[in-house]
Parts: sequence; C-alpha cells; structure tokens
Amino acid sequence: MSELRELYQEVILDHNKNPRNYREIQDANHTANGNNPLCGDQVSIFMNLEDGVIQDISFQGQGCAISKASASLMTTVLKGKTEAEAEEYFEKFRTLVTSDTENEPDIDGLGKLAVFSGVREYPARVKCASLAWHTMEAALHTIQKPVSTE
Amino acid sequence: MGAVTLQNPAEIKIDYAVERIREDFPILRELIHGKPLVYLDNAATTQKPRQVLNALTAYYEHDNANIHRGVYLLSERATKFHEDARKKVQKFLNAARPEEIIFTRNSTEAINLVAQSYGRKNFSAGDEVIISAIEHHANIVPWQMICEERGAVLRVIPVDDRGDLILEAYEEMLSEHTKFVALTHMSNALGTVTPVKKMIEMAHSVGAPILIDGSQAAYHMSVDLQALDCDFYAITGHKLYGPTGIGVLYGKRDLLNEMPPYQGGGDMILSVTFEKTTYNDLPFKFEAGTPDISGAIGLGAAIDFIQSTGIEKMAAHEKSILDYATPRLQEIPGLRLIGTSKSKASVLSFVLGDIHPHDVGTILDQDGIAIRTGHHCAQPVMRRYNIPATARASLACYNTFDEIDVLVKGIHKVLEVMG
Repeated sequence: MSELRELYQEVILDHNKNPRNYREIQDANHTANGNNPLCGDQVSIFMNLEDGVIQDISFQGQGCAISKASASLMTTVLKGKTEAEAEEYFEKFRTLVTSDTENEPDIDGLGKLAVFSGVREYPARVKCASLAWHTMEAALHTIQKPVSTE
Repeated sequence: MGAVTLQNPAEIKIDYAVERIREDFPILRELIHGKPLVYLDNAATTQKPRQVLNALTAYYEHDNANIHRGVYLLSERATKFHEDARKKVQKFLNAARPEEIIFTRNSTEAINLVAQSYGRKNFSAGDEVIISAIEHHANIVPWQMICEERGAVLRVIPVDDRGDLILEAYEEMLSEHTKFVALTHMSNALGTVTPVKKMIEMAHSVGAPILIDGSQAAYHMSVDLQALDCDFYAITGHKLYGPTGIGVLYGKRDLLNEMPPYQGGGDMILSVTFEKTTYNDLPFKFEAGTPDISGAIGLGAAIDFIQSTGIEKMAAHEKSILDYATPRLQEIPGLRLIGTSKSKASVLSFVLGDIHPHDVGTILDQDGIAIRTGHHCAQPVMRRYNIPATARASLACYNTFDEIDVLVKGIHKVLEVMG
C-alpha cells in the first residue's frame, strides 16, 4: 500500500478528481492534440501565448489518474511562465520521470511537480505522465491559424 | 466484502484436477512484487506448459535441421516432426485434409493472407465485404486495406448492448453484392461467442465465402471445421498454450487451389526460371521461406497437452470460474461488466466507476494480478459502448476460484487507493 501511495499521492488524486483549467480556450492562439495510441489516452492543450509569455493555458481529454493529474498540475505551474521557462520545466519533468531509480530523484526547481517522482518506478506509466507535457511542447510550436469560413 | 451467498465452489463437481494442471506450468510459481502470480490476461496470450517447453528444447537439442529438401537423417526427422504437427492441427480442428492447414506467423497473418490473395483476385468495385462490430483490429484492417484497393465496400454487422450481434441486420446486409464475410468466433474484448454455424449458413445462402477468426475460440471450445463448413478459419498458437510466432490458416482445398500465392520465395515453388515460375502444391504454395519449424512442433505439443486434458473439461472448468466470478464482480460498487451476452466465455471486461482502467491495472499488479487494460485492439467496440477502455480479466484452464477471490479483493483495494 505504501508503494502505491508514492504513485497515487493525495495531490495526484485531488487533481484527478478536480482537474484545474479543464476547459477549452475559445480564442487560443496555440493548440495541440496528443494521443497515446497504445492506451487510447487523449489530451488537447489550449494556450494563449503573448510576447513569449503563457497568459492562459488549459486542457481537455481523457486518460488515467496519472495523465489527468499531470495535465492539470502542468497548467497550474505554467500559467504566467515564459516559453523558455516552460521548455525548462518540461526537460526537468522528463528527467524526473525517466531517471534511474537507483539514485534519489532530482526534484530541484520542480515545486509541486515533484509528486510525480513515484512514476519512475512504473515504466509502463511514464507515457501517461508525460503525454500532456509533450502536447504542451507541440502547442508552443504550433501557431493556431484563425478559423476562416471563406 | 459482502457476505457470500453464492454456490460454494467445492460443491461444483467437475472431474478436473486444476492443481495438477497448474504443476505443468512453471511460470505459475513466479512471485510478482513478492506475491504469487495471478495470471488473468489469457485472452492476450496463455502460459506454456512444460510439455511445450520440453518439445522446443528437445527439437533444438536433437533434431534441428532445415526441412523438406535435406537427404540426411536429421533433416528427414525435422521434416517429419513439422508435418506431424500439421496433422495434429488437422485432427484437432477436424479439417478434411492436412494440406488445408497452412502454417503462418499468427492469426493476423492468416487473415492478411486471405485478404491479399483471395480478396485481390476476387473483389472489384461495388462488391461488399461484411465484418462485425466486435472484431479485433486484425479482422478489420486487412479487409479495409483490400476494400480500399479494389473499390469494394466494407459493411459492419452491428452489436446490441449486451454484446450480441444483431442477426436481422446481418440478414438484411447479405445480397448478391456480398463477396465475402469475415467474423470472429469469440470476441476478445467482450467474450461473446457468436452463432457461427448459423452465420456461416447465412453467408453461403448468398454464395459468399466466410472466414472465421478463431483466435479466442480455439482454446475455449472444441472446433469442428467440417461440421461448421466455414471456408477459412484462423488460429494463433500462442493463445493455444503454444509458442509465439506460429499460427494457422485453414482453408478449403478448392478455394486455396484457386488462390494466387501470398508471398514468393523458396519452398513455395516447383521450378524457377527467369521466364516463369511454377508454384508448389498445397500447403507449400502458401509457405514461402524457412518456416517456424520449432514453433509448429511446439504447437503440436500444445495440442497434445490440450487433448490429454480434454478441451471439453477445460471449457467446463472455465465456465464454472466465469459463473463464480461474474456475480462477485457485479456486487462491487461502481463495477459494470462490458459484455453480458448469455453466449459468452472466459472474459470479464469491466469499468469501475470513473477510475481509469490503467489505474486499476497498476494497483492490481502490486498484488501480483496480471490483467489487461486499454482498448484490447478493438477500438470500435470501445466506441460502441462509449468508453475509452476497459479492464479485462480473462481465464484459461489453470485459473482457480481462489484467484477470483484475490482479484475481487484487489479491486476493493483499488477503490480504497483511488478514494
């Protein structure tokens, strides 16, 4: 049970049940969809990026507790951050969930994202935790063209 | 857990020594996270009895040689064992002739063979191919591919809420345009056993050949191909307690003779010149290149194992486990079984409130319980029931009532962990 609690920490369960920023941003200027074809998890990221700063970020989709909580926590952390800071968080997060379980996890600078350190014990679940982050990174580089009715 | 008011398993009388059968499967003694393995992912692949493992080792230690053309004793022996395995499959499925048994890599390759060979030759624009809504991707995608290439139309028999195919809709679909039907004998995602005998007759009534995907059915029930009278039947060895990498396509001799080869290469020819190649006779016409010799021998050993135990007894045992498990799962708060057909075998597919199946799978794994979670290569089935995925426990001949109790306890723990 204690091992499972490392994975399913209270914060993760809370964000799974009450996901933050779970909505569509109608006028988002950066969006991307992410799929995990192996398990059917799906996430859409909506972002308003102005002058290199993430003014607003939200998500919608379906997936397990790990993937939903990861997306939810990510949006709370990245709101107000610069593009460069978002990339930096992504790199740190990816390192955290894929790092060697022999050593202590490097949670420096990750803040509340450190709750995902338990994921590295479950190789099958690493993709669940990182799907939202990969999709966020794709959104950063995907400029949403205004919808035209022409 | 609630009070158990159901039939005590000890009262269910079956002449079946499950503990002795379990002794034949070395892997069942593995500890997973320090707990005894409870293997309930049999619809994905079954475990292998010692008889199969020994046959593989014995072949490589004593008989290994390439087959069919060697003039030396070892090659003759390997050839004999390979062809003996074909005859074992023939007798097991009651096919009329050994040359109607084509060895493939798996049932996926068997279905692709028919789609690419029979389909390419016989389908044209406006023709219709019928499949069902509960097929595995392996019995959807090969037909989509060939229909797209030939301009044929793929039609899908719908399924009702319990998981039964709607035969009235099938009846309406059948016409002179129907050029082929491909249908599962048993759904891997729902457990539904389809009324194949009747559906084969219906296909034949409009002159359409029919392929049955027996991947799931072949290890849960006895299959009599001559009685069924289907035109093609596909099985895979690794679900039949045999090794991975070996499967079988059964086809009626006359149809197979009319079909062009699927792959070209060695073994499938009689003579080759740069101007013209003459193809070999059945079954070799469809077996290009060095086959999985040890796989075929391993499959033969698996069939010996099944026949010495008795597939009817295995089926009866699995049915009693399914009947024991079904109400016990259903009384778990929030648990909903997906697939509740009266005609069903060995599969317990479920959703648990709003807890995602992956979380169910990870938590059960901590107790040594192996189940599958996800779409089970049947995404259209998931869409039909408006769910992204299910958790699936699936049974085989070595599962026990105690293992179901461990599963039920594990699911209660999932509820506890996920709050």
